[in-house]
Amino acid sequence: MKLTTALLGAAAACVLAPAAMAERGTDGEVKIIYWQAPSILNPYLSGGTKDIEASSLVIEPLGRFDPDGDLVPYLAKEIPTVANGGVSEDLMSITWTLKEGLKWSDGTPVTSADVAFTAEYCMHPEGGCAQLSKFNGVESVEAIDDLTVKVNFSEPTPYPYGPFMGGQSPIIQKAQFADCLGAAASSCTDANFGPIGTGPFVVTEFKPNDVIQMVANDNYRDPEKPAFASLTFKGGGDAASAARAVMETGEFDYAWNLQLAPEVLAQMAEGGQGVPISAFGTLVERIEMNLTNPDPSLPPETRATVAEPHPILSDMRVRKALSMAIDRELLVEIGYGQAGRPTCNLVPAPANYAADNTECLTQDLEGAKALLEEAGWTDTNGDGVRDKDGMKLSLLYQTSTNAVRQDFQALIKQWWSQIGVETELKNVDASVFFGGDPGSPDTFQKFYADVEMYANNFDGTDPQAYLSMYRCGNEPKPSTQWQGENINRFCDPEYDALLDELATTADLKERGEIAKKLNLMLTRDSYTIVPLVDRGRVSAHSNSLGGVVLNTWDSELWNVADWYRKDM
Amino acid sequence: MTEPMPAQPPSMAEELHKPPRNQWLDVWDQFRTHKGALVGAFVFLGILLAVTIGPLLWPIDPTYIDIRARNSGPSLAHPLGADQLGRDMLARMMAGGQVSMAVGVTAMGLSVLLGTLIGVLAGYFRRLDGPLMRLTDLFLALPLLPLLLVMVMLFREALSARFGPEMGIFILIVVAIGLTSWMHTARIVRGDVLALKEREFVLAARSIGTPSRRMITRHILPNVLSPVMVSATLGIATAIITESALSFLGLGFPPDFPTWGRLLYDAVNYVQQYPSRVFWPGLAISLTVLSVNYIGDGLRDALDPRIRGR
Amino acid sequence: MFTYTLRRLILAIPTLLFISLIIFLLLDLAPGDPTAQMPLTIPPEVKAKIRESLGLGEPIHVRYLLWLKQFVVAEPLYMVDHYLGTNFADGMQRVISWQTRSPVGDIIVQRMPQTLWVVGMSYVVGIAIALPIGILSAYRQYSVFDQVGTFVTMIGYSVPPFFSGVLVIVIFSVQLGWFPSIYDTTHEVTDWQSFLYQLRQMIMPVMVLALQTTAQISRFMRASMLDNLGQDYARTARAKGMSEATVVLVHVLRNSMIPVVTVIALGVPLIFGGAIITEQIFKVNGLGQLLITAIYANDIPMVQTITFIFAVLIVLFNLIADVLYGVLDPRIRYD
Repeated sequence: MKLTTALLGAAAACVLAPAAMAERGTDGEVKIIYWQAPSILNPYLSGGTKDIEASSLVIEPLGRFDPDGDLVPYLAKEIPTVANGGVSEDLMSITWTLKEGLKWSDGTPVTSADVAFTAEYCMHPEGGCAQLSKFNGVESVEAIDDLTVKVNFSEPTPYPYGPFMGGQSPIIQKAQFADCLGAAASSCTDANFGPIGTGPFVVTEFKPNDVIQMVANDNYRDPEKPAFASLTFKGGGDAASAARAVMETGEFDYAWNLQLAPEVLAQMAEGGQGVPISAFGTLVERIEMNLTNPDPSLPPETRATVAEPHPILSDMRVRKALSMAIDRELLVEIGYGQAGRPTCNLVPAPANYAADNTECLTQDLEGAKALLEEAGWTDTNGDGVRDKDGMKLSLLYQTSTNAVRQDFQALIKQWWSQIGVETELKNVDASVFFGGDPGSPDTFQKFYADVEMYANNFDGTDPQAYLSMYRCGNEPKPSTQWQGENINRFCDPEYDALLDELATTADLKERGEIAKKLNLMLTRDSYTIVPLVDRGRVSAHSNSLGGVVLNTWDSELWNVADWYRKDM
Repeated sequence: MTEPMPAQPPSMAEELHKPPRNQWLDVWDQFRTHKGALVGAFVFLGILLAVTIGPLLWPIDPTYIDIRARNSGPSLAHPLGADQLGRDMLARMMAGGQVSMAVGVTAMGLSVLLGTLIGVLAGYFRRLDGPLMRLTDLFLALPLLPLLLVMVMLFREALSARFGPEMGIFILIVVAIGLTSWMHTARIVRGDVLALKEREFVLAARSIGTPSRRMITRHILPNVLSPVMVSATLGIATAIITESALSFLGLGFPPDFPTWGRLLYDAVNYVQQYPSRVFWPGLAISLTVLSVNYIGDGLRDALDPRIRGR
Repeated sequence: MFTYTLRRLILAIPTLLFISLIIFLLLDLAPGDPTAQMPLTIPPEVKAKIRESLGLGEPIHVRYLLWLKQFVVAEPLYMVDHYLGTNFADGMQRVISWQTRSPVGDIIVQRMPQTLWVVGMSYVVGIAIALPIGILSAYRQYSVFDQVGTFVTMIGYSVPPFFSGVLVIVIFSVQLGWFPSIYDTTHEVTDWQSFLYQLRQMIMPVMVLALQTTAQISRFMRASMLDNLGQDYARTARAKGMSEATVVLVHVLRNSMIPVVTVIALGVPLIFGGAIITEQIFKVNGLGQLLITAIYANDIPMVQTITFIFAVLIVLFNLIADVLYGVLDPRIRYD
């Protein structure tokens, strides 16, 4: 195998060489670096990506998403569907069957009781489970026999793959967590730091926010895997130094989420020790338009609420002109390189849900100017800024602190100034911006600015919950302590009606059609949301690490059991 | 100065014929003889002129994006090259210098003033020592970042409304840096004052009934000058760097507003490809700090009557 | 002096209580939220539940008193149990971090070794280099040594570690490949080989940090020596026929130490605070990194505990400095 692997190209090796001849633990140590350090290995107590991905080495769900977004069984025998009878005709329940002979890393058998317990753990009212939304609409989870478990929903659920699918809701061992329900969750430090799992690795030492050491799981279901005997998972630092450690010094094998300027990444790749890889998911960097008035002179009860429509941005022509002035190709080139592509869609993937919407991709400064003229915004006093009825076309543009975002702000400010729009920039520290503290004026929910930029995505492959965020009444407002997901304060009864239709449609193709319509209502038809870049994920692996398949739909480490050391 | 000086002082007879001289002229004469201080002063003034007059001679907008020039090296159009968005580095250096120098000098001034005041009061008046030093302990212990976040949250809008957005943020940053960096100076000055207070000349001055205010200004302050000067020099560097950290966190100036610290910070990732982008802001900060250091040295020597005239 | 020390120690208790209250209020007032770092895909209702489960629903005075009880009673008792095998702390809730849901005390103890190795060592190295430089530059003021020393230390001080750290990594790890760019916190020194590795991985962060310490302390040392070298007592000592070494290193040095002692004493608690930027660049993951990640994640119990220990050390070392003043200059009397 030595010669053949060496001869095969790197790309082919990834696919072809899964080592039928390999044995468990023969390839030594693999070293992974995440520049955000994991704090805990229990994804139910932390929503952080770093924690979910680190724990995915140890605990596994019933099924995962593969790099194409399709469902693949992990602990389950197969993915239940209406066709194979696993999902009931009335869409009220889903029945999972476990693979036979599965064992926890301590040697005890995995049973349906563990699955039912996992649901009980997360749905406990005092537990503060971070993945509770995965269990939305779940009425009960019952173990039918040792290997069969049935999830009952309180209403018809066309997409029943919330619980136990993907890295966010893996199965935990009942025996280990039995005393950790509800408020007792945080007293179980040992369990949270070293969960007993079914995954390819077992934790030997966990230093929170620093480093995790693992060894191969002797009871892993595939006797030939994992190829590595041990694994070191280091956290901390920043993206640039993680990239350097993999591609320039070769100290590590895998580095996660390297959001760096394209030329920096390219320069590091010349180091010759490793290669950057990228894949696309649903993450979209966008500009959100505030449809309500954030004027500081308004009283706090009505500032930035639906009671006060925005004096400038309520006019769709202005919003459209702002979008037309942006050159998305250039943004991608400067900010993301191979890890981004221009998009006009809020839901850029999967293919079934992505609308054919490319109108915004060409920059049209003249068209934008004409549109603003048409809307009555003219430069009457010759200062380069348009005005109307004594009001200047001047916007406050805020985003979180991040080098790429600040570059985008500068570029977009210049384009907007070319069409006669004055822009004031503001950046806010991410922990405050996304913090949701109702006392702070700088959160993205409060939206005390005219436009703001950030990125968002949805878990898994179904956009229903994502699109439902823009329902009337779901906006952040003083009465809800500024919590809410309809950031733009968008409200359209027609949109809400379509959402209701989506919630009751089971046919995939039909769901796709409705979702596309909803997507267009927010973007091309109203310019409430102005998508900029479909952001991929960039990671890097060393030249000697084989078997890596980057997956944006699930944990990046989803197939770590298949990783192996290439003979170089 | 420590070695026994063989050089003879100018003859007494000559001195007698001259009209009485102003004390500050003496100081200036001594300062002039200090070569390092003179060079330092020239460099400092040069930088000051460059950042204030420079933008008039080189009127490119530091925020203007010339996308075709991005990452370009030095050329006639961009003598120091252009950054990753094609903004002119020379214009950015000059605009950044205005902010960095202004913030550095004012914040340092505030911090040294506060530190010296509290240090002298605590060292000189025993009654004030306890409370003031506990206050110092409190400020030393406060976690900086949350403190700054709270200050920004509480005062940014109010200050912006009062003084306009840029001036408001300037005041906020200067006060924030000043308020969080005076403690070292205060502790050091207090330590020196405690020792000075027991010296013979202070006892002598006190025994002839010198009031406290004059004691402090005439006898104590001149003698704590050298640690204060060192604090000031180090303080200016810290203030310039702290400002960049604040702006980076979004607590300071708007993101397209260049400052030396920001320029340096933004360029770090490009250190291998475009080393000059790190070099210029780094050089500017170092030169400023060095020149202030030498001016401080010269000033200290010039103000010391024991050295003056030698 | 003894009664003074005792009085100060007793006074320290209300001072520290007050400081802890101020810190708590400050952290509570600061904008930010423990769920801020979670992905936006987690809906607000779930975030609200998480906040509730962390105890954020309680009024502020209840949370403060709870923390105080946990820190002052439960943690020391737990430590006693740990060393003596007793069971005093059974059933008591320790200070629990929100990020990791584990006792804050354990994590702090876990972080001590790398913090002491790197930050502590850099401080010792910094002082060891700074004192001779400071003394010699003052003694030979405006000599070549003084000029070069001034130049290098001032440049060193004005170049921030976020730049110097990256620069040394690029030179020594990437280009030359001499030292690892990532600090291995699981490394254990057992024999000569592993000790050498420890040295190799420490050398870059220690040097970057020591540069700052050296610059600062050598400047104060130099200035203070200059003040004292010209004093009458130095002349008197020379006139008495004392050797130059005795004059400078015993008499002048001792009298010049007051500002230097202050600076050094102010720096020791900072070792505990860790070196935030340098630790991050070299991935040392010591206390500085712990504090900054906790601040970003709004992990109030963690931030509160670290800052409070920090405050205790500050009060303690400032007291030590005050006592040392009396030793260095017996004329200083507090009572």
